[in-house]
Amino acid sequence: MKYVDEYRDGKTARHIAAKIRAEVEPDRSYAFMEFCGGHTHAIFRYGIPDLLPDNVRMIHGPGCPVCVLPVPRIDAAIELAVDHDVILCSYGDMMRVPGSNRRSLLKAKADGADIRMVYSCADALAIARDNPQRQVVFFAIGFETTTPPTALVIQQAKKLGIANFSVFCNHVLTPSAISTILESPEVRDMGVVPLNGFIGPAHVSTVIGSQPYEYFAEEYQKPVVIAGFEPLDVLQAILMLIRQVNEGRAEVENEFVRAVTEHGNMKAKALVAEIFEMRPEFEWRGLGLVPYSGLRIKAPYAEFDAEKRFALAPSLGRDHKACECPAILRGVKTPKDCKLFGKGCTPENPVGSCMVSSEGACAAYYSYGRHQQRSAG
Amino acid sequence: MSKANSKTSSRYPQSLDLKHGKVEMAHGAGGKAMAQLIEQLFVEAFDNPMLRAQNDQASLDLSLAGVPFERIVMATDSHVISPIFFPGGDIGALSVHGTVNDVVLSGAKALYLSAGFILEEGYPLADLKRIVESMAAAAREAEVAIVTGDTKVVEKGSGDGVFINTTGVGVLPSGLSLSADQVRVGDKVLVSGTLGDHGVAIMSLRENLTFETTIESDSQSLHSLTAMMVEQVPEIRCMRDPTRGGLAATLNEIAGQAGVGIELDEEQIPVRPQVAAACEFLGLDPLYVANEGKLVAFCPPQQADQLLALMREHPQGQEAAIVGEVIEDPNAFVQLRTSFGGVRMVDWISGEQLPRIC
Repeated sequence: MKYVDEYRDGKTARHIAAKIRAEVEPDRSYAFMEFCGGHTHAIFRYGIPDLLPDNVRMIHGPGCPVCVLPVPRIDAAIELAVDHDVILCSYGDMMRVPGSNRRSLLKAKADGADIRMVYSCADALAIARDNPQRQVVFFAIGFETTTPPTALVIQQAKKLGIANFSVFCNHVLTPSAISTILESPEVRDMGVVPLNGFIGPAHVSTVIGSQPYEYFAEEYQKPVVIAGFEPLDVLQAILMLIRQVNEGRAEVENEFVRAVTEHGNMKAKALVAEIFEMRPEFEWRGLGLVPYSGLRIKAPYAEFDAEKRFALAPSLGRDHKACECPAILRGVKTPKDCKLFGKGCTPENPVGSCMVSSEGACAAYYSYGRHQQRSAG
Repeated sequence: MSKANSKTSSRYPQSLDLKHGKVEMAHGAGGKAMAQLIEQLFVEAFDNPMLRAQNDQASLDLSLAGVPFERIVMATDSHVISPIFFPGGDIGALSVHGTVNDVVLSGAKALYLSAGFILEEGYPLADLKRIVESMAAAAREAEVAIVTGDTKVVEKGSGDGVFINTTGVGVLPSGLSLSADQVRVGDKVLVSGTLGDHGVAIMSLRENLTFETTIESDSQSLHSLTAMMVEQVPEIRCMRDPTRGGLAATLNEIAGQAGVGIELDEEQIPVRPQVAAACEFLGLDPLYVANEGKLVAFCPPQQADQLLALMREHPQGQEAAIVGEVIEDPNAFVQLRTSFGGVRMVDWISGEQLPRIC
């Protein structure tokens, strides 16, 4: 496959892996967080840990949009579909995420709610046009990558006067999540999570550019290398991070130059700014309430805000007590540290959100990495 | 069948309008309308002496197999695919291929099929005719006779056009006993061709997912390929068709049954570039996408190269490949050596990748 196979070439991978082995300082340990679920998935799918020396460790960050959505937001989506009788359109990954009492959109659908899986928010708008007598709500989730398309359909809905369409907005912002991790006591004071650098997001950065990460490099003295989602991108980024650490540098470097510029996609950013504004705070699974980390629909487009159109009951939903997703999302624990992992919690019957999406650390580890448990004891 | 050829006959008050007519509740009610549908559509298309006798059962002459045997092989499969017509096939042909393949992958020779139809009220008879004719053609090609059947009609809204159940009967030539529990450490794993064609062909037609692709379903009967394989290499341990859940599901099943591990080599797994691209785009893994005309075979390492060469000479195995081998592993994990040089698990699919694919 053109433009893809080049970034999955085994020979080049072995070449980069050899460089990594040659350049790591043996008495130093390196811990890097890949923020994005897309990177986590690539790391496991291509077996990258097998190519890394023992003293290079990857910490899987909270950058999976499905995984960070807290229980009350899922409860609200289920409530929209069940109690308000709307056609709820959702990305497929969201369907199995458990809310309160392990109830999910998929279970609500089986019970008769009209929940439809869509590949694009434009499909949700089309469903609204085809069903003028029904209320249609798009369950919008995701980081800066999925936000511009949502903005576009809201703009279109207004232009076309589609009155039965609205958006349940759960869009979140990457830089605020990274700040929260760097500000967390585990990273800052206690040294529980040694963090020597970040692999910066691929698709998110195509929108926001490399510039927003300068702050982390400078303020927290952590190197950031923005990388694509292909396995060679990830390996190359790890090599670049190792070099920065070895040389005592903390800079933003861009491995993903084929898609990411310093300032990103200005058009997309302008569109997002027209439709959305920051919420003062937003709850993240694993990180709790994070200030200025989520978006809501601005007043001129309020008619398309499902939270305004429908009276939603406040949910007191909480995560399962034994679920370690919150700690795993912060990099404090690994999936193996969770008592439920692979026993009470599997991809077929997930307890925590990290087990649901293929980008979630637990699901990636369960699906692709479980064999390593034997060698690791 | 001269009577059936003229669509009006003195036995039936109305003619069966196979061009513009619709399935009606009466077609499943046991009266004249049902008898007419059976005679003028099903018996006409599947025509054979046993069916023509119109008994409630078929009595099978197994000596037709022409081989010595001690065992009869039987398999059943229900088909609910949506869409009913797809590039490279339709539910009719698929309902023959699916069940014939289940029978012949045991090494057996398939002889007979039953066909049970569940029709939805209002379904166009012209489409039903297309399906039935396609089934008849597939049965002729697979050298099996459809010898007994059943028709039920459900109210509009209670079905999705047409559901078809087929049961196949065949005989296992003496001396053969292929089974997953015979798989041994060191055995080689072969596939007969490219993976994922059927699933992607279906996906390309599904609602909301219209993207242009030239991929056709691989739906086909594997009877001649399997017959050649077990005749030339009787040492084959086990064969199976990687349908729902793809190669990943099939290998996990076999690993579990045999209590062994399987290690695949990603670089050896044949996938068409168009299928790989569509999977990339949709976030699917070709290892988990369904096939309807491919097989996976396990054989001792000594015969693997010979078997591969034989398969590649057969029109249905031109792109056959040795994709992995059986290793010792009490966990019965299926693993993949990636083209990248790493190793990862190939686990069971969780949830569904594609609804209603067969």
